[in-house]
Amino acid sequence: MQMPPLDPAILARRSEIVAALRAIVPGEGVIDDLEGMRPYECDALSAYRQMPLVVVLPETVAQVSTILSYCQDNKVKVVPRGAGTSLSGGSMPVGDAILLGLGKFNRVLEIDYANRCARVQPGVTNLGISKAVEHEGFYYAPDPSSQIACSIGGNVAENSGGVHCLKYGLTTNNLLGIELVLMTGEVVRLGGKHLDSEGYDLLGVMTGSEGLLGVVTEVTVRLLRKPTTARAVLLGFPTEAGAADCVAAVIASGIIPGGMEMMDKEAVKCAEAYVGAGYPLDAEGLLIVELDGPPVEVDYLVERVAEIARGRGATTVRVSNDEQERVLFWAGRKAAFPAVGQITPDYMCLDGSVPRGRLVEVLAEMREMSKKHRLRVVNVFHAGDGNLHPLILFDANDADELHRAEEFGADILRLCVRVGGVLTGEHGVGIEKRDLMGVQFTEIDLDQQMRLKCAFDPDHLLNPGKVFPQLRRCAELGRVVVHHNKMPFPDIPRF
Amino acid sequence: MTTSTIKPRSPEELRQAVEWALNDGTTLDVRGQGSKIAFGKPMACDQVLDLSGLSGVVDYAPEELVVTLRAGTPISEVEALLAQRNQMLAFEPPDLGPLLGQEAGQGTLVGAVMGNLAGPRRLSAGAARDHLLGFSGVNGRGESFKSGGKVMKNVTGYDLSKLLAGSWGTLAVLDQVSVKVLPAPDQTRTLLLLGLDDAAAVRAMCAALGSPHDISGAAHLPGKTALRIEGVAPSVEARLKALRELLIDLDAGMEELGTLESRAFWREVRDVAPLKVASGSVVWKISCPPTEGPAIVARIKALRPSAEAFYDWSGGLIWLALPPSADADHTIVRGAIGAKGGHATLIRASEAVRAAVPVFQPQPAALAALAVRVKESFDPKRLFNPGRMG
Ligand SMILES: Cc1cc2nc3c(=O)[nH]c(=O)nc-3n(C[C@H](O)[C@H](O)[C@H](O)COP(=O)(O)OP(=O)(O)OC[C@H]3O[C@@H](n4cnc5c(N)ncnc54)[C@H](O)[C@@H]3O)c2cc1C
Repeated sequence: MQMPPLDPAILARRSEIVAALRAIVPGEGVIDDLEGMRPYECDALSAYRQMPLVVVLPETVAQVSTILSYCQDNKVKVVPRGAGTSLSGGSMPVGDAILLGLGKFNRVLEIDYANRCARVQPGVTNLGISKAVEHEGFYYAPDPSSQIACSIGGNVAENSGGVHCLKYGLTTNNLLGIELVLMTGEVVRLGGKHLDSEGYDLLGVMTGSEGLLGVVTEVTVRLLRKPTTARAVLLGFPTEAGAADCVAAVIASGIIPGGMEMMDKEAVKCAEAYVGAGYPLDAEGLLIVELDGPPVEVDYLVERVAEIARGRGATTVRVSNDEQERVLFWAGRKAAFPAVGQITPDYMCLDGSVPRGRLVEVLAEMREMSKKHRLRVVNVFHAGDGNLHPLILFDANDADELHRAEEFGADILRLCVRVGGVLTGEHGVGIEKRDLMGVQFTEIDLDQQMRLKCAFDPDHLLNPGKVFPQLRRCAELGRVVVHHNKMPFPDIPRF
Repeated sequence: MTTSTIKPRSPEELRQAVEWALNDGTTLDVRGQGSKIAFGKPMACDQVLDLSGLSGVVDYAPEELVVTLRAGTPISEVEALLAQRNQMLAFEPPDLGPLLGQEAGQGTLVGAVMGNLAGPRRLSAGAARDHLLGFSGVNGRGESFKSGGKVMKNVTGYDLSKLLAGSWGTLAVLDQVSVKVLPAPDQTRTLLLLGLDDAAAVRAMCAALGSPHDISGAAHLPGKTALRIEGVAPSVEARLKALRELLIDLDAGMEELGTLESRAFWREVRDVAPLKVASGSVVWKISCPPTEGPAIVARIKALRPSAEAFYDWSGGLIWLALPPSADADHTIVRGAIGAKGGHATLIRASEAVRAAVPVFQPQPAALAALAVRVKESFDPKRLFNPGRMG
């Protein structure tokens, strides 16, 4: 992975920069020894590692603001970091950049049940929010599988999703406001406890901006009341096409399930061996469909889904009869990644999104690619919203396998784009998909995005080397070429 | 004032028109059907850029929950198409035509998206911003570009869809959009609570929203508080019953509306019909934390006793009508919002008034400067709807 060349002038000023940070964040908040920085050298895309220039862990918004304005004045780069669970290298350090960890911003500031929202610091974990409100029957809806560990600040930066996003939306649909520190050190608030923006929707832009636009120091999320009941239906099909058809038929019939997940035969086998969820081993495609709401509604919809599935040739139709069984149905899906981890030294988790109608075709083509690259692939995915998580099995100690896995992954993502989908549904571009951005976007598309970046961070100091395959200077991007009066009026109706 | 109209027939003609305008130094008044032209700061543009020549549904896949259409497609056409397959635009875009002095039933879907409009279901389903999956269009450099896609989940690059939704045509001219659609509910019923004052009504609506009964509309009109429940028949029945029990202690009279009556009722709420508007009245839209709604209205009424108001979004949206005045009472309205946050937008006023007062809520300096930089990153020469957002 090619990262921008390190700036020798910054490296040479390291001790001066460390001293400046110490003057801002006293005590143990500045870490500059190798051992202390080690835990920060990578995120969850652990094949790529890099020591930062120095780690700083501020505790107050004022400190964050002072750090950023110092960095702006001194042209020092900054990589923001939450819990470091990014799967795309979003929080991977950069050698001549400060790693700004938000871990100490870990307080729930306010819970407002009447207005159904919570105001929290960005280092609070995703699950921490739900835990803080569960005694009142509320929860925070987006539920990434990493929810025990990942921070809400990281969720905002990645626009994270989870199995319940089909019905309840992604992070961006569940955010009300943030407090943001710009590279200049200016602190601005976007949104609050009210809906919609008074001007441009910068909250929407910040969500999913992968730490490239500003540092989030406070988050207001929407809380939801927990549904009264939830039941899961386990559906096994003799073909993947049958399972995929069923997904389309459920949605076409007007049902939006709480979650609708699919696993292929390999994934079922791994999961079954790992947790013993009682999955049918003969199924080529397994669906887990969750319905939630009041008991009468859930019972009614469970029946309808089961009927649709039988009509599409399901050979297994099992409905959870109590909470324990529902959790068991999910256990295999939730443990699918570690379960696959049992049968391979390493795996690479991809994240393309495709139109649901192209699922079967994409799966079949992936199998062909698997032969070509001589690597196995296992599929687990959010079928309801067409978000694939192919897992490529390989051994990172074998340089050739690692290389083939990277090639295979890139081929899968190109395939996703070719059928009308996108490179990433929820894990972000980071460094992982950076060099594939040109597959989905033209140069003009990317320049437009970079110009927006320039509006926030004109010196490209925030999270450099991520998302964009090639950075262009803002001065160059900002130039407008106008050919005054040289152009005749085109042949377009005018009246 | 506006002199002539350019009407491109294809995305490429649209691009050429913008490129020409850039080189000619011509500013553009960008319009779908012009149904919301009486909104925003008055503009003095050199040309009208009329998008109605780019019309029609490109692709509709009900089982994908996506419709792709050209920018000039009338909203009525889209809604009729979706209805054939029992689907809908879940954000319930309001028809503000009559409020803005135009006929009902006009407007393009992209126009509604550009205003980030949303009806009563904003509470549970989000606004236009939450349903715009992707678009293609032309920036102020005369370049065609795209963002987003046609899939439900997509975090590839910045989410420019959110930014374009609510930009009132000031950043780029769209030629095509993909919008998320959802199944229409089998049934729609409404529980009416009678005789509650504003404060009690907002408490009741917040309690209902905090219940597991999945409320998809919560509005308070003078004397009448309405809670909407949608879904499949057995569920609607059970939730209505549970909701009645939850609110029994209020001691308010209760009535129910069936599906047809409910649809008509919520369409009126959506289109701001319940607001008593005299011919010269100015109309404000205030977004605030739901529990703050009644206090804000009370502060305004203390100074302007003839103010008329009703609440949607559980109290978080106030529609307010005030008697005519030269400054639309903007300092009173915005002063009433207070420290708990929120914003007021001037939706209806004469051209002179809109020219004189900030139509959109003024922002703190750092944020306002950022917004200017964002505008320039798309439209450096300020070709599109110059000054419309103030
Ligand atoms: C086992 C596992 C399962 C996962 N499952 C899912 C899943 O189901 N769905 C899903 O969407 N993701 C999933 N992820 C990915 C990951 O958990 C999410 O992307 C998560 O949101 C990252 O949060 P974090 O706090 O770890 O952020 P980090 O990894 O620390 O940072 C991620 C990005 O956010 C930026 N950032 C972090 N905090 C801030 C801040 N305060 N201000 C500005 N920028 C900031 C960083 O610069 C970086 O670009 C999974 C990861 C793992 C390891």
